[in-house]
Amino acid sequence: MKTLILRILLALVVLCAIAVGALYWLGTRSDDGTGPAAAQSEPAALVERGRYLARAGNCMACHTARGGPAYAGGTPIPTPFGTLYGPNITPDARTGIGTWSADDFWQALHNGKSRDGSLLYPAFPYTEYTRMTRADADALYAFLRTVEPVSQPSRPPELRFPYDQRPLLAAWRALYFRPGVQQDDPGQSLQWNRGRYLVNGPGHCAACHAPRNSLGASIDPDALAGGTIPMLGWYAPPLSGDAEAGLGKWSAQDIAALLQSGTAAHSAASGPMAEVVQGSSQYLSDEDALAIGTYLKSLPATRPAAPDSGAAASPAALQLGGKLYAQHCAQCHRDDGRGADQAWPALAGNPTVTAPSPVNAIRVVLDGGFAPATAANPRPHGMPPFGQVLSDNDVALVVSYIRHNWGNAASAATPLEVKRARDAATAN
Amino acid sequence: MSISDPPRGAVRRKLPAAAAACTAWLALAWLAVPAPVHAADAPSELQPGTMAARVAACTACHGDQGRAGTDGYYPRLAGKPQEYLYHQLLNFRDDRRQYRPMQHLLANLPDAYLYEIAGYFAGQHVPYPPAPAPAAPAAVLDQGRVLALQGDPARGLPACTACHGASLAGVQPAIPGLLGLPRDYLVSQIGGWKYDRRRAAAPDCMAEVANRLTPADIGAVSAWLAAQPVTEPYAPEPADSVTLPAECGSQAQR
Repeated sequence: MKTLILRILLALVVLCAIAVGALYWLGTRSDDGTGPAAAQSEPAALVERGRYLARAGNCMACHTARGGPAYAGGTPIPTPFGTLYGPNITPDARTGIGTWSADDFWQALHNGKSRDGSLLYPAFPYTEYTRMTRADADALYAFLRTVEPVSQPSRPPELRFPYDQRPLLAAWRALYFRPGVQQDDPGQSLQWNRGRYLVNGPGHCAACHAPRNSLGASIDPDALAGGTIPMLGWYAPPLSGDAEAGLGKWSAQDIAALLQSGTAAHSAASGPMAEVVQGSSQYLSDEDALAIGTYLKSLPATRPAAPDSGAAASPAALQLGGKLYAQHCAQCHRDDGRGADQAWPALAGNPTVTAPSPVNAIRVVLDGGFAPATAANPRPHGMPPFGQVLSDNDVALVVSYIRHNWGNAASAATPLEVKRARDAATAN
Repeated sequence: MSISDPPRGAVRRKLPAAAAACTAWLALAWLAVPAPVHAADAPSELQPGTMAARVAACTACHGDQGRAGTDGYYPRLAGKPQEYLYHQLLNFRDDRRQYRPMQHLLANLPDAYLYEIAGYFAGQHVPYPPAPAPAAPAAVLDQGRVLALQGDPARGLPACTACHGASLAGVQPAIPGLLGLPRDYLVSQIGGWKYDRRRAAAPDCMAEVANRLTPADIGAVSAWLAAQPVTEPYAPEPADSVTLPAECGSQAQR
């Protein structure tokens, strides 16, 4: 009897060791196939291609602090596990990546490992960048070699225990990371394949537009089903074909227009998407912007991850909201909610207004904001902030009104949602 | 939390006992922020495509044409030098000046458009309202007047007029006028410089001045400035009308 128990225990220990070993192997293995290196193109052309990709990937969003030198890092990236800071990726030898080779750079982008082999936190979206080709990685590398070197030490992450234990990333990676370049689907057009590459690779759209689980991993990233962006509190809408919450009513051209100009027939970019347009997507070529639109239009109409609660405001609340609308909003957005072209977006049929979650509409009312300045809209009109003059209850009433008028049929907003949005707006 | 937080240790070393008093001043100034006068209350109807419509996000708080509200913490913009306004827009956008609503609004705007917005407000000429009744005892106001008009050479403090012009209407291209501003706003800005919440291009001459001012100085000079009537024409003086007592980076900045 005793030997049987001992044997079972021993077997359990061995199984455990095997499981940990397997997890470690899965989480630290590299995809050694590097793919073809950049063709022997003109160095200047390679740098230009890298510059274009750096914008398409919005590298500066995390690697350039506001008002700070380009690519020298320092941007705080708040996460539920603590704050990370975009590191210095200028070619400074001591504090940047000046001593990195093209292979080192590929190792980071494709396998999520630093030059010394240590595992990188996936706040750096190598989970998406891994789909980029070696040729594109080499172009990015060539461009980053031309950036002004800046001596500025990278700030170490400030994460809570146990997330500050870097080796534990092996387990996370075993569960959620599969290195590998995006392979073209021969059954689809070149344009579609280019769009999918940009969306799932450099564009890393899933970082915001896919829901995340409790360990911060994107859930079914390719479905782009939308979700609340952790810490920021903004709602990233589904990019799938859902007619109400997603892009079902948009054309590929509409999507391209939003990416390039910041405004489209139905909507204007706001919040984090305004930053993306400003720093990244406005620089996409016409072909690439349309390729993204074409690919996104092919996604099936999955229901959004955060379904609309469906409860409409009471008639009395809608009446009060209507009064506030007439007083504060109608001068620009008009009594019929149709706005005035690019200057003042229509609210009727506007997906920011009718999203399953009212949080973006609430944030726009509280904080106002300018549409991003782009080549097509270089002098955008600004919406005033109303957070100083309207109470939580008033904001809830007016947002409920615009979500349930002129054919819009979304649920009511609550004062609690407004309070939470205020808190989120001031937290970061 | 933010990378732009002031170096607290350094501040504490620099400002021993006075810090508490000045913090109280600042806290009072912040508490006193009233609700802004909103664009919807303004009489003029906005037309899309006009500059007045583009800057509705600004005039919601800073008043129609940037005239400020009589109840206002939000300062007047109208008629200030274009370069001064432009620098402030850049400073907010690039985290050198801290006020969350401004930093949020300007996040996605490029230099050229900010310069145009600055030019719009610099070109607005609206009458100043009468000065409010002095909000400090006569002795304090007198101390403020001496600081503003004569400075304190013993402490290396230049007079306000030495840089901001004999009429305190500012100096082209980038030095602002100091009259027609609420006391709370003035207290808060000088305090902001002292605590590294507001910065200008190096060498930051105003930071050097602010660091030499005691909380009592700040209260006195702000109370006196806020109580002065504005005599028209009140406009920034030509660039060559003053010889600056210190080097100021913002006068050369573009």
